[in-house]
This record gives sequence, structure tokens and C-alpha cells, in this order.
Amino acid sequence: MEAMTMSQTVDPGAAAAGKIVKMSSRGTKVFYGEKRALHGIDVDIYRNEVLALIGPSGCGKSTFLRTLNRMNDTIDICRVEGKLMLDDQDIYDPKLDVVQLRARVGMVFQKPNPFPKSIYENIIYGPKLHGLATRKDEFDAIVEASLQRAGLWNEVKDRLLEPGTGLSGGQQQRLCIARAIAVSPEVILMDEPCSALDPIATAHIEELIDELRENFTIVIVTHNMQQAARVSQRTAFFHLGDLVEVGETEDIFTNPRDERTQGYITGRYG
Amino acid sequence: MPIQLTVAVLLILSAIGYWIGRQRAMSVSGGRVASLHSVPNYYGSFVAVWAGIPALLLVLFFLMLKGPVIEMLVLGAMSPDAVLSWAKASISPNDFQALSTAGIAGADALAETQRNLMMINIRNLATGQERFVNPAVVDALLPAAQHMQHLEATSRWSLFAICMAIAAGALFITHRKITPQFRARNNVERVVTWGLIVCSVIAILTTVGIVLSLLFESMRFFARVSPVEFLFGLQWSPQTAIRADQVGASGAFGAIPLFTGTLLIATVAMAVALPLGLLSAIYLSEYAPRRVRDTVKPVLEILAGIPTVVYGFFAILTVAPFVRDMGVALGLPVSSNSALAAGIVMGIMIVPFVSSLSDDVINAVPQSLRDGSYGLGATRSETIRQVILPAALPGIVGAFLLAVSRAIGETMIVVMAAGMAANLTFNPLDAVTTVTVQIAALLTGDQEFESAKTLSAFALGFVLFFATLALNVVALRVVQKYREKYD
Repeated sequence: MEAMTMSQTVDPGAAAAGKIVKMSSRGTKVFYGEKRALHGIDVDIYRNEVLALIGPSGCGKSTFLRTLNRMNDTIDICRVEGKLMLDDQDIYDPKLDVVQLRARVGMVFQKPNPFPKSIYENIIYGPKLHGLATRKDEFDAIVEASLQRAGLWNEVKDRLLEPGTGLSGGQQQRLCIARAIAVSPEVILMDEPCSALDPIATAHIEELIDELRENFTIVIVTHNMQQAARVSQRTAFFHLGDLVEVGETEDIFTNPRDERTQGYITGRYG
Repeated sequence: MPIQLTVAVLLILSAIGYWIGRQRAMSVSGGRVASLHSVPNYYGSFVAVWAGIPALLLVLFFLMLKGPVIEMLVLGAMSPDAVLSWAKASISPNDFQALSTAGIAGADALAETQRNLMMINIRNLATGQERFVNPAVVDALLPAAQHMQHLEATSRWSLFAICMAIAAGALFITHRKITPQFRARNNVERVVTWGLIVCSVIAILTTVGIVLSLLFESMRFFARVSPVEFLFGLQWSPQTAIRADQVGASGAFGAIPLFTGTLLIATVAMAVALPLGLLSAIYLSEYAPRRVRDTVKPVLEILAGIPTVVYGFFAILTVAPFVRDMGVALGLPVSSNSALAAGIVMGIMIVPFVSSLSDDVINAVPQSLRDGSYGLGATRSETIRQVILPAALPGIVGAFLLAVSRAIGETMIVVMAAGMAANLTFNPLDAVTTVTVQIAALLTGDQEFESAKTLSAFALGFVLFFATLALNVVALRVVQKYREKYD
């Protein structure tokens, strides 16, 4: 039974295709108090790919995302079992420094959450914490590079000292992405990054995600299946705390193996 | 007919009105309550309100005006002879001499204090308390007293009659007005609105009244002592001579030592309260597990419920000796009533104030900001220092200012622990005194009311009031600005 789940959920052809596993999860279970939110998740996340997590509300996809950089630690009653790896590092190793982990695995949230500081200070917040730069010109360089990569530089370069909260919703979200990029993470986790944005801002962010793939590994939770199809290379479908199936995005959307997946993507439920 | 009975009858009429209104509404609806504009209770309330309130207002009005009006009538009707024979037995021979040579036309000729004295005699006679009245004047005043009794009785009876007429008229009219279309609910709602307006106006007028009374008494003080001397003088020694030959009784009303003393103690208090309160708020809202928070927070708030006089004991018996012993051990001269001891205890008193207000504003910082910071690899303390405190700062400043105004206005602890010596010093180990302590000292015991000494208490209160008012206004503005940001 265990072996069968493994073969179903972990792509056997990947190694052959020369893909490198960046993060992996084996048998991950998450409990909120007595309630089990995830029932054992097996999935690999490959370097420089965008993995989309889809599924109906409450299926555990955000919970899974938050285990990847231990954001669940901030919730008292949350407990995680199973094995989660980042390269050769056990994420839930008690000796691991969560601060270091989160520097390597950044996160962008559902609602844009710029700090009530200037745009400039928003960007250098992370680099300052981790001592990535010391001199003013180094910080300036980080700010410019991060905003460039987030596609926000041209819009804000003349008002870097204005508060980040004064930007539009889409700009704020790109600011948050730039803020995450500024600490040079290896993986970026995105929790429904476009759900609070209008279609134009959404298109902007989707384009950006595609560009970021060159340098980062990205895991994105989305409710929007067109978005999953547009931005991701692989898609994982969650249902009621189980990972139902994971595979190439094209396969999932055109030829789902599980009837629950089919039901969801054709809009029968969810 | 006593007034209480009038009021009781009006209340009963109003209750009957409620019942009548309800019944009437039921009967005009023809048994279909849904066809009425309002629920039957509203029709009842409508009748009850109009039957009761106008007449009760009249009673209130009557009570306010009755005394002065009757006195005026009684005095006006008094014969000059009666006034003169009262004066002969009651006022000093010199005054009486002046009065009789001037030729007297009636009670108006008397000075105000004399007239009041006579009025008290008449009132005592009229209410049957003859034993308080000098037997020599009873005969002269008896007609006036009888006149007063007569007026009192007439006025009460006519009040009763008028009130009953008003209530009955209102009952009749409102009863007639009840139809299924009549909007009793809206009508009652309007009355409720007006009731609420009146209550808040009373609260505001009281505040205005307090300010005005402070202002007028202060003016009387400033007529004796110049405001410049009061506000900028360096010496506070409010004893004034009662007899001309008294020694060491030159009053000095320079309030600067009091202001600096208040400032010194408030500074010490805030130096204790701000770190303790703010840091415990941070611990409670960011670090403490829920179980700890649920027990510690109420315990901390118990501090706020301790009477300040108990804090005063604590200051005198525990903290002051401790401070003095510490000072002696360090070779510092510490007076037994030090500003430091009073300030520390006052600070502890304010801790729950600061901590619970800060806790609220820290909790109001959105969770998403914390997540954003943790997601970038910040630790808890980095997140608190760099994200939460800056975001909560306006609210914390507001809490701080409110706490300062509390510290400035606090009296009991400083009365007990800080002493009475009005030293002009910034050394917290010295004894100082505060504005509130001086006010309490100036107004306790038997005081001559017309002296600058007593009146200076009002001037001090006036300054204090303005200081705390200004702080409160600033604090509320700051807090409001903060609220707009996150709600």
C-alpha cells in the first residue's frame, strides 16, 4: 500500500529527465491539536520549476506550503510528522535554525503585506537581518536588483523613500516579492499571491513568476486553475488532506488519472 | 399636598397610560395586531411618555423656582416695622443705628447677609422649628412666617392640580390619536433620542460647570495675587496672616516648585511604568502561551483595582524606608519622604494602565505583518523591534500620554509618601510636593474661604486641569490617527 502511494505520487521519470530534487516531502502529516489536516504527503519539488498546488478550500494545500518553511511553528497547537528535506537538510531537524531556513525558503502571502515603512526599507529589511550587506551602496544595489527582478523598479525608482503601503495592491504584492527576492532565497513559496488583485495586476505577477523560475524554485498555491495551467510546470492536486495526484501540468489538466482530479478541474466540485 | 405624592400619582398615571394605550391599540386593530403600524407596546409607551414626562418636567421646574420666588414674595410683603424690630434684636447696634436713621422702606434696606439671616429665621418659624429662633424676634416675624406657610401650601396644591390637568389632557389626546396608521414607534423613538441627548448634554454641562467654577474662583485668586507671580514665582508658602500681628505669615504664591515637584514625580512614575508596562504587554501579546496570558492579564489588571490609599501605605511602609536605606548604604542623603519612593509606587499603580492599552494596540497590528517578517527569517524580537513596535507606536504614545495625565492628577500616594515641603529641586531623593497634594492640603480642615491661601487651590486646580486636558486631547488625537490606519 505504502509502495503504491509512492509510485503514484512521486514522478519516476524525473530523475531520467535530469531534474534535480530541491525539496522533498515523505509521509508528511500535520495535526492541529487532535485534528489531522494532512494525511501523509509524498512529493518532490524540482529545482527551477514552478509547482502549483490546487484543490478545494480546506484541502490542506496552504498548510503543506507553510510546512515547507516552518511557518506553522507560529501556531501553538500545530504538530508536524514525516520527513521534509531541503537539499540534504532535514527541515524539521530540531538543531536547524529556522531563521536560516526562512532565509533560504522565502514566502509571499495571500494579502500584500508591506511593512509600514518606506519602499527602500521594505526591501532591505531581510538583507539587514541576515547581514547580507553593510554599506549603503551595497544596500542600494540590492534594492535596485530586487525591484528590477520584481518588475517594479521603473514604477517606483523615483519614490523609494515613500511608504510601501501607499502603492496599489498589485504594486504592493510585487514589492513583497521583491522583498522576498532581496534575501536571495533558493525557494519562494507563494500562498495565493493574486487572490487580492485585479486581472491586470494578476497578469503582471504571473509573468513575473515565469521569469523568476530561471533563478528560483517556486511553489504556488492557487485557486485559479487557469493560473496553475499558465504558470506551473507541475501541478499537485490536494483533496481533504490527501495529495491525490501530482504530475506535469499538461497531463493533470488534459489527462487526469484520478476521477477526483477530473471532477475538480472540470468544475464539478470545489 | 407633598411634592412626592404628586410625583407618585404622575408615575401611576403614566403606568395606567401605558396599559390604556396598549388596550386602545389592540381594540383599533380589530384583533389583527399585524395591521397596526407599530407593535402594541409602542402605543402603550407613547401614551405613558406623554402622560408622564411633561408633567414631571413641570415638577422639576417648579422645584427649581419655588424657593426664590416664595422668598421674594414673603420679603416684599413684609412691613418696615417688622423688619426694623427684627433688626433691633439681631444686628449690631452700629448697623441698626445706620439702618434706622436712613429710614427703612422694607426688607430691601437690609444688607444681603442680614436679609439671608432674617430669611432663615422666617423659614424656621414657618416649618415649626421655633427653638432655633431668638424669642425676641418671633412676634415680629410671625406674620411673614404665616404668609410663607400659606404660599407653600397654595403652590403645592396648584402644582398638583396643574400636573393632573396636563397628564389627563395628554392621556386624552394621545388616546384619541391612536389609529392603526399612527406611527407610535417613530414617535417613541424620537422621545428616546431626545432623552439620550439630554443625558449627554447634562454630562457636558457638568464639565462646563466645573471649568467655570474653577475659572471664577481662580479669577478671585488672581485678583489678590498676580498671575505672573503665581506662574513664575519660585517660592510657595501659602500661609497668610489671620491677625495682623502674626509672625511668619507672609504668603508667597509662586507655583513653580509645585509644578517641578509634580513633573519630577510624574517622570519617576513614567520611568517605572513605561518599561514595565510596555515590556509586559509585549510579553503577554507576543511571547506568552495562551494559558499564561489568560491568567497573567487579569492578575495584572487587579493592580488597577487597588485603592490608591493602599498604594500610599505601600509607599510609606515599604518603598520609602527601602529607598532611604539604599541611599544610606550608598552614602547619599535621602529624605524620608522622597520623590523617588512616591514616583516608584505611582509608577507601579500605572503599570496596568500602560500594559493593557499597549497590549490592545500591539494586538491590533495585523498578523500579516508578523507573518511577512517571520517569512523573511526574522526572529521574534527582531519582528517586535522592527515591525510591530513601529506600527504600534502611535497607539503606544497615546497610552503613554494618558498614563502621564493619570500620574499628574494622582493625589493620595503623593499625599502619603512625598511630603509637603515645596522644595524647588530636580533631585528625586529630596522631598517635594505636588499640585494635587497642595490642593488637598489647602482645602482640608476649617478654612477661611475669602483668603488667598484657600483660593490658590482653585488656581492650582485650574492649571492642573488644563495640563491634563491638553495631554488627553493630544493622546486622543494620536490614538485616533492610529485607528484610521488599521481598521
